Amino acid sequence: MTDMKVRSGVWHETVLDTLKANDVRLAVYVPDRVLTPLISALHADNFFTCFACTREEEALGIVSGAWMGGVRGAVLMQTSGFATIPNALASLVLPSQIPALIFVSERGTLGEFNLGQAMVLKTMRPVLDALAVDHHTITRQDELAFILDRSIKQAVAIQQPVVFILSPLLTGGKLFKA
Amino acid sequence: MISMTRPSAHNAKVMNRFVLTQRLVAQLKHEEAVIGGIGNANFDLWSSGQRPQNFYMLGSMGLAVPIALGVAIAQPQRHVVALEGDGSLLMQLGCLATVAVRAPKNLTIVVWDNGIYQITGGQETASAGTADLVAIAAGAGIGKSAWAADEDEFDRLFAAALRDGGPSLIAARIDDKPGVGTTDRDPVQIRARFMQGLGVRR
Repeated sequence: MTDMKVRSGVWHETVLDTLKANDVRLAVYVPDRVLTPLISALHADNFFTCFACTREEEALGIVSGAWMGGVRGAVLMQTSGFATIPNALASLVLPSQIPALIFVSERGTLGEFNLGQAMVLKTMRPVLDALAVDHHTITRQDELAFILDRSIKQAVAIQQPVVFILSPLLTGGKLFKA
Repeated sequence: MISMTRPSAHNAKVMNRFVLTQRLVAQLKHEEAVIGGIGNANFDLWSSGQRPQNFYMLGSMGLAVPIALGVAIAQPQRHVVALEGDGSLLMQLGCLATVAVRAPKNLTIVVWDNGIYQITGGQETASAGTADLVAIAAGAGIGKSAWAADEDEFDRLFAAALRDGGPSLIAARIDDKPGVGTTDRDPVQIRARFMQGLGVRR
């Protein structure tokens, strides 16, 4: 960790601080309810260039270009969005060795109310494993900063992407209002 | 904007992609970055003279514009050009709206429109008869979007895009001639050379 202060109380503050500490200046997202506090905080902080795009693979293209231009970038999406990016991973990010930092808000488990989300989640980890992409499911606030900081540094060092799956155990998830 | 002073797709001259690519590259004097979209856009860029500031896509169809946008954000002092085919752009039309919102002055999009998925067997694209990619770009909010009526106007539009800033989109109707040559297929080497060309790596 750098000498920058990383707040440890709330997950989205820890994510933002860890990105900043690792000089990740670009954040591109397709919106997600659970990620909203993080997205709002990234927008509010002038350190970051943060904006929405229209598809998750578009976001991967943008951060790939930014990396090649010398700027580190993160992509934010939800589980269903992950299902749209295997081609961009397999034919751009992985063969070109781009350390894309991919945050996925985990839908489809621990109280999911949408069958489609539950089904698509079942594809995510098998796809990541098939592509041999490093991924970490983060469930605990006290492990969040360590996992993010070490894994971002590893991704940059070995020039490989990494996926952070943010569990409802960490974020609270999206509640089903019956 | 589309205006009476600009030709529509229907009265623009049918030109040749390799000829236009060479004319485009000849205008690059300031180490501008060029992202070559997958397929023939890429092959003709490669054959027009390999520059360290060229990135040749070997996959991820549709992502030439997003990659170029990322480079443009990372290096705002460098002009960035995306070369994309009609089929590829149709796959990722949302990126035009993203570019319009971000409005990078240092980004130019060039679309080669032959109305076919040339490399897969010549199947017609939607732009063959109905979809107008310049109108789509203008509708997405890229005000400086225009068809090039002929080679000379292509040169003028591209010179203006480099000089005046964008974002801008230039579309050219092209023939169905295949690309000239093929890129080396070494993604790591392509990426590493590109980063050296951009001054990011030694």
